[in-house]
Amino acid sequence: MLSFIMRRFLTAIPTLLVIVTISFFLIRLAPGGPFDLERPLEAKVMENLNRIYQLDKPLIQQYWLYLSAVMHGDFGPSFILRDFTVGELFARGLPISMTLGALAISLAILVGGTLGTIAALRQNSLADYIVTGLGAMGLTIPNFVVAPVLQIVFGLALAWLPVAGWANGTPRNLIMPVIVLALPQIAVVARMTRAAMIENLRSNHIRTLRSLGLPWHVIVRHALRGASLPVISYLGPAAAALLTGSVVVETIFGLPGIGRYFVEGALNRDYTLVMGTVVVVAVFVLLFNLVVDILYAVVDPRIRFD
Amino acid sequence: MAEGAALPIETLADPVTGRSLWVEARGRLLNNKAAVCSIVLLAFIAVACIFGPFFTGHPFDQVYPDYVKVPASLEAYPKADQIAPQIERIGARVRGKPEAIDVKGDSVTVTLVGQRPIDERLLAYFDRSDMFGVAKVVEKTDEGKRLVVDVPLKKKYFFFGTDTNGRDLLTRTMKAGQISLAIGLLATLVAILIGVAYGATSGYLGGRADLIMMRVVDVIYSLPFIFFVIMLVVFFGRNFILMFIAVGAVEWLDMARIVRGQTLSIKRQEYVQAAEALGVETKGIIRRHVIPNTLGPVVVYMTLLVPKVILLESFLSFLGLGVQEPNTSLGVLISEGAKNIQGATWMLLYPSLTLIAILFCLNFIGDGLRDALDPKDR
Repeated sequence: MLSFIMRRFLTAIPTLLVIVTISFFLIRLAPGGPFDLERPLEAKVMENLNRIYQLDKPLIQQYWLYLSAVMHGDFGPSFILRDFTVGELFARGLPISMTLGALAISLAILVGGTLGTIAALRQNSLADYIVTGLGAMGLTIPNFVVAPVLQIVFGLALAWLPVAGWANGTPRNLIMPVIVLALPQIAVVARMTRAAMIENLRSNHIRTLRSLGLPWHVIVRHALRGASLPVISYLGPAAAALLTGSVVVETIFGLPGIGRYFVEGALNRDYTLVMGTVVVVAVFVLLFNLVVDILYAVVDPRIRFD
Repeated sequence: MAEGAALPIETLADPVTGRSLWVEARGRLLNNKAAVCSIVLLAFIAVACIFGPFFTGHPFDQVYPDYVKVPASLEAYPKADQIAPQIERIGARVRGKPEAIDVKGDSVTVTLVGQRPIDERLLAYFDRSDMFGVAKVVEKTDEGKRLVVDVPLKKKYFFFGTDTNGRDLLTRTMKAGQISLAIGLLATLVAILIGVAYGATSGYLGGRADLIMMRVVDVIYSLPFIFFVIMLVVFFGRNFILMFIAVGAVEWLDMARIVRGQTLSIKRQEYVQAAEALGVETKGIIRRHVIPNTLGPVVVYMTLLVPKVILLESFLSFLGLGVQEPNTSLGVLISEGAKNIQGATWMLLYPSLTLIAILFCLNFIGDGLRDALDPKDR
């Protein structure tokens, strides 16, 4: 197991390198630059800016400079949000995005898993149809529709919850964004759990358990173990995406997470900010793929890494 | 065989003919009420979106300055309470105080009283407004200081209301549906073409080629998707057709993985080995034997990919990166609706309902197809 994890870490490094390289040259080849304003700056000023940020050197040299800086954990200064380094921005934003994402994922697993199990146990009953219908709705209603509707209903009409804002992570401020983030995930988890549970409940080992006359909760526990495999493999990438923030939710609810940096950075050609986000997201994706593989082995002892 | 009644006639006419997977799948699909309803509804929405704009009586980019943000209504505009203020406004420009406004059916009779004789040419202001036709002078008294004018009403219907610029929302929703559906289909087509070809090749070749090709997929997979899309927008500008071909070119990754998995099992089959033994070249085997047999999951995935792309387009439009004015898509309309949710709920309601209906239908069709094509259910 340990050697497997080590090997995966080693293969992750070249992948990460390729990702950094592709994104570095992609954003540099894009037309426009970070200091292009509507009224062009004076040539002298532009030259100085370029020299300070080392944009006047050949691209290959800049690439090496960036790479060696990242190796030391230095993501460089942000071009747009002056006075901040990308590292500082992430230090402030990442915990917020991760809090929201972690809460949303937990909620999705709890609610989605329960609903899916209930639907599978009572297949083709009213409960099943309600869960499938709700699942289809959760998947199809875009979050930028749900969010303003929730804001109007619970924030303005009923005035139960604050409309937006972070307020140092007060639970009341977290409720709506977490729900909006979790809804589509709940839908997917419920659907996948239902499908996998139906298949598992028909399998031989469950039939044996039934024939032994074991109580329901024991049977469900055994079936859940097998049914969790596809859900885990879905949740890996989903968790990586959620933990690194959602542009829509953070914009609508005015949360200072890192989801917005991507769009803002790419549109303003804030090279360092975009690159930093790419690296963070890629690390999360690779990490969670590894976690998924490990969980697979934990849940299903038949899977071995040799 | 309880399903016999639902089978197509040609199967019944010739009992010797074997039933292919597709014939059976069609039979099962037609038995699935949710899927059939979704197909009918989706076809209806598609036809309405394509031909509807010709029948609503409003071009999709026509601006009605007098009907900004009017609510959805089945009755014709102008409403009775809109007429008097509008006539007051026109009266001020004509320099005549309107008196005795009398609405009769399709026309209004109004008496304009001015301090000086009223210039009849100024009555053209009636025609310029969106509510009235050409004004006719019925009676002229007091040296032209008192005019009795007969003005026909221009009846207009806004079944979905109008937007912040006074454009008919029904026509715009249809136009938006057109564009969203077109984008969904286009991107999906590109994704499937690339994904199927790539996946089948990778799976069939196996070994080192497979390893390298799948490694490439893994790397692209770890690249943040939104970064890719934004870069595409930057490169291709706001040309949405090019952009969505590009989005399709990113969305093929899942497809390639699915097809590769299928191919791995197909290439062990006897008929592939037979083809190899007969000396059919690799390209031929992939095209004739492998790809047709992977199509089941591909079709299912396609129906799920179309809504995904439509949602993605809405998301991009929400960020302001998608379709540009005066063209529109469901995402643009919804994001505008979300901004105006407090004063004009209909602006969010109708485009959202349309989008949700389309996505719902596609999801149910996808589920139905999956059940129908699942050979375990036979």
